[in-house]
Amino acid sequence: MQKENNNAAVPSAGTTRIRHRKRSSEVVPEPSKANGGNFLVDDRNKYKSMWIRTHSTVWMIGGFALIVYMGHLYITAMVVVIQIFMAKELFNLLRKAHEDRHLPGFRLLNWHFFFTAMLFVYGRLLSQPLVNTVTSDKFLYQFVSNLIKYHMAICYFSYIAGFMWFILTLKKKMYKYQFGQYAWTHMILIVVFTQSSFTVANIFEGIFWFLLPASLIIINDIFAYIFGFFFGRTPLIKLSPKKTWEGFIGASVTTIISAFVLANILGRFKWLTCPRKDLSTGWLQCDPGPLFKPEHHTLPGWITQWFPWKEISILPVQWHALCFGLFASIIAPFGGFFASGFKRAFKIKDFGDSIPGHGGITDRMDCQMVMAVFAYIYHQSFVVREGISVEMIMDQILTNLNFEEQQTLFMKLGQILQERLGHA
Amino acid sequence: MQKDQGSSAPSTPTNGRVRHRRRSNEFPVEMSRTNGNHLLANDHNKYRSMWIRACSSLWMLGGFLLILYLGHLYIWAMVVIIQIFMARELFNLLRKAHEDKRLPGFRILNWHFYFTAMLFVYGRIFSHGLVNTVTSDKFFYRLVSRLIKYQMVICYFLYIAGFMWFILTLKKKMYKYQFGQFAWTHMILIVVFTQSAFTVANIFEGIFWFLLPASLIAVNDVAAYFFGFFFGKTPLIKLSPKKTWEGFIGASVATMISAFVLANVFGHFQWLTCPRKDLSTGWLHCDPDPLFKPEYYPLPVWISQRLSWKEIAILPVQWHALWLGLFASIIAPFGGFFASGFKRAFKIKDFGDSIPGHGGFTDRMDCQMVMAVFAYIYHQSFVVPQDYTVEMIINEILSSLTLEEQQILYTKLGQILQERMLGLY
Repeated sequence: MQKENNNAAVPSAGTTRIRHRKRSSEVVPEPSKANGGNFLVDDRNKYKSMWIRTHSTVWMIGGFALIVYMGHLYITAMVVVIQIFMAKELFNLLRKAHEDRHLPGFRLLNWHFFFTAMLFVYGRLLSQPLVNTVTSDKFLYQFVSNLIKYHMAICYFSYIAGFMWFILTLKKKMYKYQFGQYAWTHMILIVVFTQSSFTVANIFEGIFWFLLPASLIIINDIFAYIFGFFFGRTPLIKLSPKKTWEGFIGASVTTIISAFVLANILGRFKWLTCPRKDLSTGWLQCDPGPLFKPEHHTLPGWITQWFPWKEISILPVQWHALCFGLFASIIAPFGGFFASGFKRAFKIKDFGDSIPGHGGITDRMDCQMVMAVFAYIYHQSFVVREGISVEMIMDQILTNLNFEEQQTLFMKLGQILQERLGHA
Repeated sequence: MQKDQGSSAPSTPTNGRVRHRRRSNEFPVEMSRTNGNHLLANDHNKYRSMWIRACSSLWMLGGFLLILYLGHLYIWAMVVIIQIFMARELFNLLRKAHEDKRLPGFRILNWHFYFTAMLFVYGRIFSHGLVNTVTSDKFFYRLVSRLIKYQMVICYFLYIAGFMWFILTLKKKMYKYQFGQFAWTHMILIVVFTQSAFTVANIFEGIFWFLLPASLIAVNDVAAYFFGFFFGKTPLIKLSPKKTWEGFIGASVATMISAFVLANVFGHFQWLTCPRKDLSTGWLHCDPDPLFKPEYYPLPVWISQRLSWKEIAILPVQWHALWLGLFASIIAPFGGFFASGFKRAFKIKDFGDSIPGHGGFTDRMDCQMVMAVFAYIYHQSFVVPQDYTVEMIINEILSSLTLEEQQILYTKLGQILQERMLGLY
């Protein structure tokens, strides 16, 4: 996402900062588009802010790589931390200090709803891995199963408590402000939690399904900037006046190509491709599944004459990655447009100022959010279904259920199949 | 929900209109409280508006009973229609005519999101029922199972299309209005669809689980009105100045007692208690759930001496109904307070004017919405024995495997279980 200020440094998502541009970062937009050659300007301040951006970028990349190395649970923790910061930025965004003085404890209500949403979302996501982790201890298992059974009721009553609290704190002449804040809180929580819950769900299916979409967004941003810088002439959309069609198309092509290549590279590491079934942190061993087994295609004659390779090995997942690349280049930028439009509508410059040189965390995550949701839905609809077989479900039944539950399942399945065969 | 205007007729939700009050309904609030007897006022207009309210109430009650008799699918259709009207009322509520003239096609965007939400919510609820209904026809079965398999993707892309359309139609100087409308649309759809989805899920578990909560809200409203009318002195909450503590407490007691009694009455009809597994409309026969089998308790001696009954038959579901009654009397009225506060905040008198004499659909449904969600969650958590992992795996089997694969799995599992049982001895 290109930032609205004159910082023409590379915008990339909060999770990975790759700085390719080592030039001056404050160039007037129009000459840079028309000239294409107005680069190094001798100004200390520009170098200083570029230096700050480089620093924060390098730190973020380093931190991110370390966390990916450490594993699923730590990545989830990172997602949660990012989520908390985003929610804090967004909660503060439309608050009005004057009204807030009249309403003590109103901010607490926001965090109450945040906590409820957290319990709900992560309770659902992590219920199965949690059960798998505590199967050894009988008491803990009972406790956890009961929590899961009543999980929805617990979250509901927590929400209702917040709802009643809100109504009881309605103050005369502040109704409109309070209702506005209430709606704003709901919208924030929905936006933040939808994408983070889908991200976490993806992580536990295999870090690959989190790393690939995130990297594609970053690549798209960087190359949109580069192509726009060198070739940009035709403006793309009124909302973001610095984006150009040349940048957009160039970035799309690059993103799709790098999706194909990256999927191959990332797909070779078991650490990235194995799903995590419980909440442990050790090494993973698994059968990666048919998607990550290389298939060898023989190259057509005219290529083998030019290059020394006779055949090429393609992981089937690379074809899925092409769809990811397509989405990342064409539809994900709309997340950035939405954020730009929102900032214009409410006359804000940045969502926050957590990251030096870049603005707030929401500024970095806007395109990532749209991509994370797509990645999850794509994975659930097109990837998971292919892999499920009778053997896999048999495994699940035999490992996850105890004997009585297996018998219950057998009976229920028998009934359902009877009904179905009766109809046919 | 007591209405904030001068008419003090009992405001009951759309699906149960019981008019007990045959008195005039427009006189000053304070007088009605202190006098308590200031009832009949000789004024043609008052009688006329009361007559209109009575008529619309009777029509609604009659229509509701008819639909109840017709069955689950028709009740679902009624819920959908109520939903459409509510959404329309709410969409129109915060629109500003001036801005809207400059944004052609913006209203269609609201209905696009509405349609997407409908597809998503009812697709999920009906996925099992639909599969069970069309197993007869091979071609339809494959079409339907494919649609269900990709339902999430279809809904997602519809939503993304609406999202992109929204961004592409952003107009300079109208950004704030458009974003406000976008957020408003989302909030409306969430509110409307959460409660209607849960209502429909309840209906297919058995009409009982829809009828009982709705009746309790109606009873609570009517009883609150009467107790407030006769005994009301202490105001309850600043948001709704006509509610009183006496009305609140009296209604709570009445609601809990009627919960206990109504559950007994409703529990005797198989039409109300049997779950519906597919989308047919015929008669239902099922083995009644143990919840609905009467248990006999012998009455203590001093009662059986006075009255002629030796023992009393209680359906176990009546104990659950007590909880529903408790919620309906204490927490559900907050839905009404929320709606009142909202109307004050935005200086609106009513949400709409679809129902003559009552206002709009949303005015009638505000407490019902809170209750419907609670009824579903209560049912899922405490009534249905929840075999969590078993249900998950069964869902996975039904949705990911073809019929032949399911049968293969079934036979294999049977073999393994046999071996285990033999191995144990």
